[in-house]
Amino acid sequence: MDPVASAVRLEVQEAVHILSSSEDGGHIVSTLQSLRRYLGETETQAPPGEQEEFSRTHFSTVLRCVVGKLSPNWLDLLPDGQLKELWASFFLEGPADQAFLVLMESIEGAASPSFRLMKMAQLLARFLSAGRMAAVMEGQCGQQAGPASRLLQETLLTRVVGLPDRLGNRLQREMLAAFFPQNYFPLLGEEVLRVLQAVVDSLRGGLDCSVSFLSQVLGKACVHGRQKELLGVLVPRLMVLTQGNCLWQRVCWRLVECVPDQAMEAVLKGLVEAAPGPEVLSRLLGNLVTKSKKAQFVMTRKLLFLQYSCSTPVLQSLLGYLAMDSQRRPLLVQALKELLETWGSSSAIRHAPLEQQRYVSKAVLICLAHLGEAELRACRDELLASLMDGVKNRLDSSLPPVRRLGMTVAEVASARLHPEGPSLKFQYEEDELTREILALAAPWPMPDGPSEAGLPVAPVGGESPDQETVDGGGPQAGREGSDSELDSDDELVPYDMSGDREQRNSKTPAYVRDCLEALTASENWERWEAALQALEGLVLKSPAATREVSLELAKVLLHLEEKTVIAGFEGLRQRALVAVTVTDPARVLVLAAQELSRPGCLRRAAQQGSPGPGSQPSVAAVPAWQAVVEERVRRKTRRFCKGSAGWAAAAGPNEFNAVAGYFFFPLLQRFDRPVVTFDLLGDDQLVLGRLAHALGALMYLAVNTVVAVSMGKALLEFVWALRFHRDAYVRRGLLSAISSVLLSVPAERLLADLPDELLEARSWLADVAEQDADEDCRLLAVKALLVLEKLRDRLLPLSSP
Amino acid sequence: MAAPAPPPPDPQFVLRGAHSAVHALHFCDGAEGRPLLLSGSLRGLVHVWSLETRRPLTALDGHGGQCVTWLHTLPRGPQLLSQGRDLQLCTWDLAEGRNAVVDAVRLESMGFCRASVLAEGPQRWMVAVPGRGNDEVQVLELPSKTSVSCLKPEAGARLGMPMCLQLWQAESSSRPLLLAGYEDGSLALWDVSTRKVCSRVACHSEPVMGLALDPRRARGVSGSAEKALAVWSLEGQQALQRGPGSPSPGRWASTHLGLTNPGIADVKIRPDSKILATAGWDHRVRVFQWRTMRPLAVLAFHSATVHCVAFDTAGLLAAGSGDQRISVWSLYPPT
Repeated sequence: MDPVASAVRLEVQEAVHILSSSEDGGHIVSTLQSLRRYLGETETQAPPGEQEEFSRTHFSTVLRCVVGKLSPNWLDLLPDGQLKELWASFFLEGPADQAFLVLMESIEGAASPSFRLMKMAQLLARFLSAGRMAAVMEGQCGQQAGPASRLLQETLLTRVVGLPDRLGNRLQREMLAAFFPQNYFPLLGEEVLRVLQAVVDSLRGGLDCSVSFLSQVLGKACVHGRQKELLGVLVPRLMVLTQGNCLWQRVCWRLVECVPDQAMEAVLKGLVEAAPGPEVLSRLLGNLVTKSKKAQFVMTRKLLFLQYSCSTPVLQSLLGYLAMDSQRRPLLVQALKELLETWGSSSAIRHAPLEQQRYVSKAVLICLAHLGEAELRACRDELLASLMDGVKNRLDSSLPPVRRLGMTVAEVASARLHPEGPSLKFQYEEDELTREILALAAPWPMPDGPSEAGLPVAPVGGESPDQETVDGGGPQAGREGSDSELDSDDELVPYDMSGDREQRNSKTPAYVRDCLEALTASENWERWEAALQALEGLVLKSPAATREVSLELAKVLLHLEEKTVIAGFEGLRQRALVAVTVTDPARVLVLAAQELSRPGCLRRAAQQGSPGPGSQPSVAAVPAWQAVVEERVRRKTRRFCKGSAGWAAAAGPNEFNAVAGYFFFPLLQRFDRPVVTFDLLGDDQLVLGRLAHALGALMYLAVNTVVAVSMGKALLEFVWALRFHRDAYVRRGLLSAISSVLLSVPAERLLADLPDELLEARSWLADVAEQDADEDCRLLAVKALLVLEKLRDRLLPLSSP
Repeated sequence: MAAPAPPPPDPQFVLRGAHSAVHALHFCDGAEGRPLLLSGSLRGLVHVWSLETRRPLTALDGHGGQCVTWLHTLPRGPQLLSQGRDLQLCTWDLAEGRNAVVDAVRLESMGFCRASVLAEGPQRWMVAVPGRGNDEVQVLELPSKTSVSCLKPEAGARLGMPMCLQLWQAESSSRPLLLAGYEDGSLALWDVSTRKVCSRVACHSEPVMGLALDPRRARGVSGSAEKALAVWSLEGQQALQRGPGSPSPGRWASTHLGLTNPGIADVKIRPDSKILATAGWDHRVRVFQWRTMRPLAVLAFHSATVHCVAFDTAGLLAAGSGDQRISVWSLYPPT
């Protein structure tokens, strides 16, 4: 047996005995002081061998013993808190890891709440504020990992990261501010930095060090969701320290590399979000993505395809990071290919939320901006192919934002991929998003180019357009100024020139029959135009004459083709149709519904709808036209009070009653009968969506009519048949139709006649509100549910006695 | 806020009795300073209208029933120049109630081109008329009727027939210049004495039907069969320039001013350079502010093509139309 070890053991055994049994303050103090010799802090030090033996084997025993003695009486054995200081010094000066473990252990073992618990917690707070946590972690950096120490590390790790939770559990309402996560993790960050500093120093001194424990701490803290607190402290400091310092950079890379796989995603996401730009990210991560499979997966798949929560600057620094090094650029090319594929996949377009589609679109454009001509040319065919597929799929969509995304991205991407070719140009209205997307498309400088030291590139790219507009604005302002100066002495007041119209040579028809004849038979285009323009006025002026030919006229108008370029053709035709319909509603409405359900007319509508992205004149006209009809009907309906729309407003008899069913039922009749040219349940889903919306509008207008109940029933059946339609636009139409039914059909009748349908509709609505991929659908479902709730609330007081 | 625009104006009075389409109009001072209006008709008559009684005083018949296309008075006498489709340029003596043709020049061209006259000195005038060749312009001296020069474009120019002419002498120089609009839509500036084209610019894609020049500003306007007016400038009398597209600075915001309907038969600028009137094939007379080319009024009175417009020094505007009427308007009276 080693004599040193046995001597120390004897000494410690005796001391422990005295400490546990003695009630004499002086005796206890002297015993403690003799033990402190082993900690090496006093003037009479024990030999180093004994010190080492003590701290390795006996320190925790002693600590546990003094903790066990802790009580108010015991501390009061000596005046002025001498004993307390002496007692605390063991924890603050001895080996930090053991002290920390004993502290945590005793805190967790103490009855709560108790004197001992509070004392220990306060001591732990002192321990933290004295910076001992750095010592705890530093102690793990120098060691080689044996199985025993791995166990110790594991225990330490759980305690270090879980400290706020454990303390919170024990202390409950007595929790000290130092242990709140928002205070503790920044402190932990500072401590990690101090340890890293020590590591760097010892590496400079030629000593081997391991940062794996730090990586584990980092990883675990991030997994616990504390990225902001921890990295908010770490990243800005590391950004400064790594600038131009290879050693720091290497330590940093190593730090991230050693993060366990299961924590890699949390750490990387935190880093990408906290780093102010691609340069910083590149300094912090190095070529991590090429070394670690997991990191590569996170950076090139998870953050791009599986999540879409990153903001645009974060996305820019992520992709910028991939672009900054030649080893990483192949990953960027690969990512672009996959992104484009996802962007254009018809299933993704249908099922992914719009937010995600925007996210992917932005990512595509940022990738394009980063890649150079040569790289793009190498895979141009592949990219173009998936781009073209995607554009087609997107333009087929019935949701305008999806189409617009398709157009903007296609314009930018084709210009980048095929700079020498003719540029693709779509017509669309600019909005916030398209402007943002187009701003992303400005090419970034290649990484080999002259680098602006430390300057993030993004603001530079962002400023130049502003500069241009300012430059462009100068001369314009000057010109305006000179113009206004010229006009200042202007005394010539123009006369009204509104009568200055295009001149026509042929006479305008004076009778409705003339118009009809001119529209059907005339080869004289000027006469044809004049007839179309005069028609509305003539119809309104002579209703009797119109009624004689109303069916023919309506048929002609429905099938009218734009044979010449005439301004506002759709508007003229629509107004004329409205006039005819109002004049002779019953017959014309039945005819219109039949014609619309027949393939000939709708085929034309569908054909016109397909070529022009962003403008579907004919298809758009269908519901708009109906809305106008209904609007007219409603306006002609005299109401005595005009309250808010909805059931509350209904006071007078609804004159829509007489005609409500004429249009509705024929329209509903044949939606499920496909013909060769036209299949509502197949490709012509856009028309189906319009149909659903139109039926909903009709239903809503039929409030307080006798026919409303049967209309509601039919409409609910229609909705039921189509409720799982894959197109979001159709589903929106169905949902609004449901709302209309709930609003228009009297509640009592709903319950009496359609209880089962209501129940089914309700469960469907609940499903949609929770699970639908489309945000608008969810919103509409929630609204419909609210309406349903209100109905129930209104009925309950009636039914209850 | 701007007040609502006043309703379109009505003509001050209308002269009826020409009994055929009116193709030429000219204001002049008659005996004792009484204002007269001369009109040339499709049937070859020149009517002299009194603006006080608003009745025709006389009808001069000197063109053998052929359309009178251009009228101008010379201060001596007064003497009247009239151009007709019978290929005669007649000089009339109207003094003291006389109305006889005192002289006639035989023209060589059957074209639509109206003549232009420039006072060269006391009792000496220079008149530009379409010449013998298809694309020539001949410049004569009156009353001697001698040919001063013949302006013929160089061989490959392919300008087509001259369509409208404007003789002009800048204040600073003694060299007479001729501005000519051609069938191909271009304008050419000729130096009459050297018989050279100073500059040329393609203003229109259709034949130039009428042009008017504001000599003080060296700026003019032309109309064609197109749906637009062209505004151009002559700088340094050497270059014919249009709009801001030219290298030297131009103040005009736009070269072309779009119209609602195509076809301009005549353009005139009021002597005080405030406003400008166009005669339109669309039966309408359009009035613009000359300096800014801001549209001021559209006069929709006539029911047939308006062939000609004329201003008098007092600011009256007359328009002659295919509906056989002459409308007289008083717009924006000069101050």
